Amino acid sequence: MLAAAGAIVLLVAALIVLAWRRQPAGAKRGGERVWIFGLGLAFPAVVLAALLGFGLVIGERLMPRTAPDILRVGAEARRFAWTFTYPDLPGRRTDGVLHVPAGRPVDVAITTADVIHSFWVPRLAGKLDAVPGHVNVLRIEAEQPGTYQGVSAEFSGTGYDGFAFTVVAHAPDDWAAFMSGNETEARQ
Amino acid sequence: MNALARHRRLTAIWSSRPGWKGLFSTVNHNDVGLMFLVTAFFYFFVAGVLAMLIRAQLATPHSAFAGPEIYNQIFTMHGTLMMFLFAIPAIEGMAIYLLPKMLGTRDLAYPRLGAYGYWCYFFGGAMLLVSLLLGIAPDGGWFMYPPLTGKVYSPGINTDFWLLGITFVEISAISAAVEFTVSILRYRAPGMSLSKMPIFAWYMLVTSLMILTGFPPLILGSILLELERTFGLPFFQVELGGDSLLWQHLFWLFGHPEVYIIFLPAAGVVSTILPVMASTTLLGYRYVVAAAVALAILSFGLWVHHMFTTGIPHMGLAFFSAASTLVAVPTSVQVFAWIGTLWKGRPQLRLPMLHILGFFATFVIGGLTGVMVAVVPFDWQVHDTAFVTAHLHYVLFGGFVFPLLAALYYWLPLATGRARFFRLGEVAFALIFIGFHVTFLAMHFAGLMGQRRRISTYSPEDGWTAINLISSIGGFILAFGLVMVLIEVVLHLVVRHRAPRNLWRAGTLEWATAMLPPAYNFASLPEVDDREPLRADPDLPARLARGEGYLGEPNGMMRETLAVDVASGTPEHHVIYPGNTHLPIVLAAVTGLFFLALLLKVLWVAPLAMIGVAVLAWRWVWVLGRREDAGAVSVGCGLSLPTIAEVDRPPGWWGSVFLLVADATLFGSLLFGYAFLWTIAPGWPPPEWIAPSAIVVALAGVGVALSIIGPFFATRANAGGSNPAVGLALSLAGSAAIAAALVAMLMMAPSPTGHAYGATLLVLGGYGILHAIVVALMAAFLIARVRAGYTSPRRRAEIAILPVWGAYGGGIAVVILLAAYLPVALS
Repeated sequence: MLAAAGAIVLLVAALIVLAWRRQPAGAKRGGERVWIFGLGLAFPAVVLAALLGFGLVIGERLMPRTAPDILRVGAEARRFAWTFTYPDLPGRRTDGVLHVPAGRPVDVAITTADVIHSFWVPRLAGKLDAVPGHVNVLRIEAEQPGTYQGVSAEFSGTGYDGFAFTVVAHAPDDWAAFMSGNETEARQ
Repeated sequence: MNALARHRRLTAIWSSRPGWKGLFSTVNHNDVGLMFLVTAFFYFFVAGVLAMLIRAQLATPHSAFAGPEIYNQIFTMHGTLMMFLFAIPAIEGMAIYLLPKMLGTRDLAYPRLGAYGYWCYFFGGAMLLVSLLLGIAPDGGWFMYPPLTGKVYSPGINTDFWLLGITFVEISAISAAVEFTVSILRYRAPGMSLSKMPIFAWYMLVTSLMILTGFPPLILGSILLELERTFGLPFFQVELGGDSLLWQHLFWLFGHPEVYIIFLPAAGVVSTILPVMASTTLLGYRYVVAAAVALAILSFGLWVHHMFTTGIPHMGLAFFSAASTLVAVPTSVQVFAWIGTLWKGRPQLRLPMLHILGFFATFVIGGLTGVMVAVVPFDWQVHDTAFVTAHLHYVLFGGFVFPLLAALYYWLPLATGRARFFRLGEVAFALIFIGFHVTFLAMHFAGLMGQRRRISTYSPEDGWTAINLISSIGGFILAFGLVMVLIEVVLHLVVRHRAPRNLWRAGTLEWATAMLPPAYNFASLPEVDDREPLRADPDLPARLARGEGYLGEPNGMMRETLAVDVASGTPEHHVIYPGNTHLPIVLAAVTGLFFLALLLKVLWVAPLAMIGVAVLAWRWVWVLGRREDAGAVSVGCGLSLPTIAEVDRPPGWWGSVFLLVADATLFGSLLFGYAFLWTIAPGWPPPEWIAPSAIVVALAGVGVALSIIGPFFATRANAGGSNPAVGLALSLAGSAAIAAALVAMLMMAPSPTGHAYGATLLVLGGYGILHAIVVALMAAFLIARVRAGYTSPRRRAEIAILPVWGAYGGGIAVVILLAAYLPVALS
């Protein structure tokens, strides 16, 4: 995308610079057909159609789909903390740290207790807003065990600067430990 | 009468009162346009200083320069001032000043309305400025998302300053848009058909129609949020049936067209200046106009692209993603038409051209990053990061500020009659161009590295230190460049270095006025048969000064011009403008009192201020017109035309139609909000429904019928020479019946504070009642005018306006009752 954008910028710049080139009087310099229909209409139509198709395919791939081993977790934001719940472990809550198994798709059900926030773990997925009264579902998947930084990415007043959280992706053994309630061990 | 005597006579007729006190009573577009521009650039300076504070804060990690409380005010006000108090008013000022000259006429359609708009802008802007100085400025971000901006999380007065101040200022945008639309369609030089109109006028026509349909959703959103904050009507509170997403829809229904409302006039400037800089004409005029229209229409289909991360279903996003990429097509038609124009002509690197090249470089990059963020998965990552901040600055600085600077250097000699003496502009351009790209190119990378928008500080471990320092240094270079522009303008005013007439060898009519232009623009109005009249006839200015065009002989002390047929430009009516008056500033002050009362929560003053507005509005229209028939008036060149009091479609009729376009958009937005809450908001159905009442329906039915029949009878009776008072009285009774029916409806509605359903019904009913009062006042006014002898079978123009308003007031009453009763009756 960057390379294509760069190429288009260079093309436009070259066309502008070439306008200063002196040509013999009466030389034909392209009429409405070339400029309006060729470069103005056809050129962007082709480029944009390609880009749009590409974006749609990628977007569809990122959508939450049904799969056999999906884990569901809940994420509720409030100024200025995230609380995570685990439907598979009734009663279990973690504050500021979301525990997930590595290598398994996870659906995060995002909502908020006060103003609008946004759930964003850059290395795991794009962002999705936490809107009062609505639950938005974001699919994330950590391929490797480890710790991933997340932030709230919707301005929420004073305190927004440091409004962050962590996602810990566990290897299968650690995940089993977490599931069995041994949180201290699982936290590493 | 020789040219000098004519000049003296016309100057006496058209000038504002002498001295600085004259500014308070002037209605002349030459004054009002410059007042808009000077004020807008003042806010550009203030908002620029705020930008410098932001860059100072972010230059280093753990900055202790401003705490988050102050920083939140700074960035909120930077965006707010730039958008609402700089960009839009600068466009208004430029168009107010230039349009009559380009169109070959003497003033805009409603001179007093232009002045009223200015004073609304002045007072509303002053409110925001005061909040900034007192440290109680809005701090919820320029798009003000509730519930953060609701009473619970923003209990202070800060948010109210935004909602009330901006709504107050938007009165000026709406009034300017009505004025531009009617002026461009009807107030042109004789013979100037639509296809011979200067390209800038086309762009401003499209922009004005966009303002009329783009601003009302924001005005409605601001009204609803302020009602929630002041009276507890829960439109955006989810626990009471509201939904914060409603605000986002209303805001971006405005916010995206807003970008094009800012860009299109700038594109009009480029389309005007660039061909002159290349000594040629614009390539593909018709296609450029078509592209501007297409852009305007498409821009209303993309607001959701600001909401890609709010959880809207993906196929819905796909539609808006497609629309967002599609909008690049008409933009590209314009860009390549401009480059083709350069190829067609012989471009020269004069100062305005430098800024146009700066525009190309910056805007094309901004457009391409815009296409990137239109791709949904990419947006999910960069949304609300510095990448988006960088993108929007490329679009707005590239697409607006560079063309505006080109316009400044291009038209300043016209406005002052002077040429530049010191050559600071080239250096200033270099600083601005380099400074801008250093600042915002760096900011793209900060965003891609994960830096969020609106954070007040960051730590060294984030790894953004170097990139932010670079960005800040660029920002200060940019600021130096802009200050140099300011210095050059000041020097320009101080150093008396006379500019030659038409120094760029342009072909449009603004260069056919004297430099600087006299208050009346043209001593006589040209007959136009070319898109560039000055190129076709270089002798035109002298001929006009000699009085060889229309209206060359001043008539008493009247400010006269001509109104033409929309399509062909054939002269149709003789127009008399009102002269200097304090009414605009007084009306704006009383309007301001209304907003101030709401702001300071002295609520009992607000209805008094509204009565004051009604009284002044009455006075406003009363001072026009006369008590005897004028017949056909000679306008020179052997032509006689009816004067505007003696036609079927007077300027007031045209203005009413376009004002009602904006009004209907506001009403439509309200219905959209009603449907949105009903279908999307989680807290529905409401605990209780309204009880439909047959009496209310019957009463409203009578009212609607009378509102439509009454004005019809009045017009017919007046044309036939009998007294129209009976018809007018029927209209008055109709409005009263509608108001009574709606009041009765509201009395049977659930509590407006208990659930968003009741709140929405209250606003719907209130909207209908307000309009019934306005229509009733109009009918009462006309009855008074008939009694005072201001109407006759010939002087029919005033009565001709009532049917439009009567039909609108009746129509919305029907829709309101349907919206309130039909869903309940069906379920």
